[in-house]
Amino acid sequence: MAQMQFWDAIRRAYDEEMARDPMVITMGEDVAVAGGTYKATNGLYETYGGERVIDTPISEGSFMGIATGASMLGVRPVVEIMSVNFAWLAMDQLFNSAAKIRYMSGGQLMCPLVVRSPGGTAHQLAAQHSARMEKVFMGIAGLRVVTPSNPKQAYGMLKAAIRCNDPVFINEHERMYNLAGEVPDEEYFHPLEGSEVARPGRDITLFGYNISVHWCLRAAEELSKQGIEAEVVDLFALNPLDREGIKASVSKTHRAIIVEEAEAPVGVGSEVMAIINEECFWELDAPPARVSAVNTPIPYAANLEKLVIPTEKDVVSKVLEVLGRG
Amino acid sequence: MPGYPPAALLLEDSMKTALRKKLLRDMLFARRFEEQCYQDYQVRKIGGFLHLYPGQEACAHGVMAAARPGEDYVITGYRDHVHALVCGVPAKEVMAELYGKATGSSGGFGGSMHIFDASKHFMGGYALVGGPFPLAAGLAKALKMQGRDEIAICFLGDAANNQGTFHETLNMASVWELPVLFICENNLYGIGTSIERSTAELDQYKRVAAYRIPAAQADGQDIEVVHEAAQIAVNHVREKGTPYFLELKTYRFRGHSMSDGGAYRSKEEVEEWRKKDPLEILLARMIEDGEITREEYDAWDEEILSEIEDEIVPFAENSPDPDPADLTRYVLVEDDPYVHGGPSKGGA
Repeated sequence: MAQMQFWDAIRRAYDEEMARDPMVITMGEDVAVAGGTYKATNGLYETYGGERVIDTPISEGSFMGIATGASMLGVRPVVEIMSVNFAWLAMDQLFNSAAKIRYMSGGQLMCPLVVRSPGGTAHQLAAQHSARMEKVFMGIAGLRVVTPSNPKQAYGMLKAAIRCNDPVFINEHERMYNLAGEVPDEEYFHPLEGSEVARPGRDITLFGYNISVHWCLRAAEELSKQGIEAEVVDLFALNPLDREGIKASVSKTHRAIIVEEAEAPVGVGSEVMAIINEECFWELDAPPARVSAVNTPIPYAANLEKLVIPTEKDVVSKVLEVLGRG
Repeated sequence: MPGYPPAALLLEDSMKTALRKKLLRDMLFARRFEEQCYQDYQVRKIGGFLHLYPGQEACAHGVMAAARPGEDYVITGYRDHVHALVCGVPAKEVMAELYGKATGSSGGFGGSMHIFDASKHFMGGYALVGGPFPLAAGLAKALKMQGRDEIAICFLGDAANNQGTFHETLNMASVWELPVLFICENNLYGIGTSIERSTAELDQYKRVAAYRIPAAQADGQDIEVVHEAAQIAVNHVREKGTPYFLELKTYRFRGHSMSDGGAYRSKEEVEEWRKKDPLEILLARMIEDGEITREEYDAWDEEILSEIEDEIVPFAENSPDPDPADLTRYVLVEDDPYVHGGPSKGGA
């Protein structure tokens, strides 16, 4: 096991897959000559050349379609959308083409396409660069959605996504590219379905994904000092969600809080809560709760931006409230 | 439409006659097939939306006569039945798809607007106007990477050129030198809005100049003119490996779809265009050249109507519905080992 930064883990996955399979390509804004906004494609252009590492014009709507069309004939494109906010422009091709072609052709064609994109709030980027859009992607039949919380997942998920025959959206985070963590030295494929217990506990389950896993872990550390053992479950797959994993943890702790960086309506929290109701309502000792962002576009001013996004302190407070110790 | 060059195919006379006969019979088949769809839609044997092709037959048939049907990769919009037929998709399977049957070309999952046949390299009909532009360029990107001789051919209407995908895709296809042929079937209407009322430049091929892609315009009602223009286009794309844009001036005799009341165009206009029926234009020329008689043509018509009535429609009628057990089968690949951590993790 070596320590590796998140961006470098992604770059390693690219490098291994592109060396193995000449049909793996990557395309996006500034991914080639500039090496990628977050360095995730650094050096690939020099190794694999301009036919496979492609700087696109700023035309998200159509380069997503070009990648989809190429994937229909066995190319395995990895599209980087520089910021997830720009993915709105590519939704038609991603949702109406990539996610539906296999189904509407009666299984004749597949679209083994990967889309990677960072979302989330980071350092006052304001309303049009701070979207948390996983809620939109995870509601689309035919599109897998995963979201890594650490470099090992980032590495293993990209490798698995490139080889998987479904279109896969990988939801990354602008503030996590420099996060360091252990990545196996040997080749590793991370599952694209399921969940992971990031910290075992008995009193309450904290469901997080991507950056909120870290808030949950820090909150669990704090709560442990107060004698409360919170279990942290990393929902690294958002479509499909791991019904069995959610059920197993809630059946053990009998309490649940979903922690998300996104605003609450129609989101991961509401969906997980619905699954808890459907799968293990009678296991509950308290109503499930959510810790979510305030429902606004993201403001620019530093003090206001901080107010919108939850922190581990909000998680601790919500746990105490659910446990009746608030 | 004055000003188009006369038809002048550089073929031996005997080959020319054989090709003309094939094209005329194929166009007649397409016409009768679509008319059958019209009837079956009226009695609700066909559901959904239905967009018919009569009037535009010379476009698909003329272009594909210059290409390699079943080998070159073809993609189009929702007015797609005839493009599928021209690529060699069996008519029975297209009809069964319209009937929503398991034997349909997409197994009943697609319907009229989503005919697919991967075995014939017919890569689908798509409902979002302009959506196939980038998909076609993507097919071309794959063909280029794989060093193959086939090309991608994208058939769309004039209204698709008002989408961003037109401009974005033409730009990238040009910069990246992709072997893709864009055919614009300019039928003068985007749904029920005329090109004069929606589009600043009426000549669609002129809009392509900004992307440094060679472009031409031709009479889309005369199949020999289409064929000749398409041969130049296909040769360019296949030999140079770079894009080409061909605009064909045409007209649909029926509405945009079956729910079209037709209030947006005059009877006189439709009648004027009906005088330029692509079947009649070729038939008249062949009669004049002594290659066919009206009686022979009528005999074909009888054969085709019998085939539709006795074979194609009964096949669709008598085929089974899709199996309800397959409802979710094609959403995600269920047994993909990489979903579960790779082959070594026992994920199938």
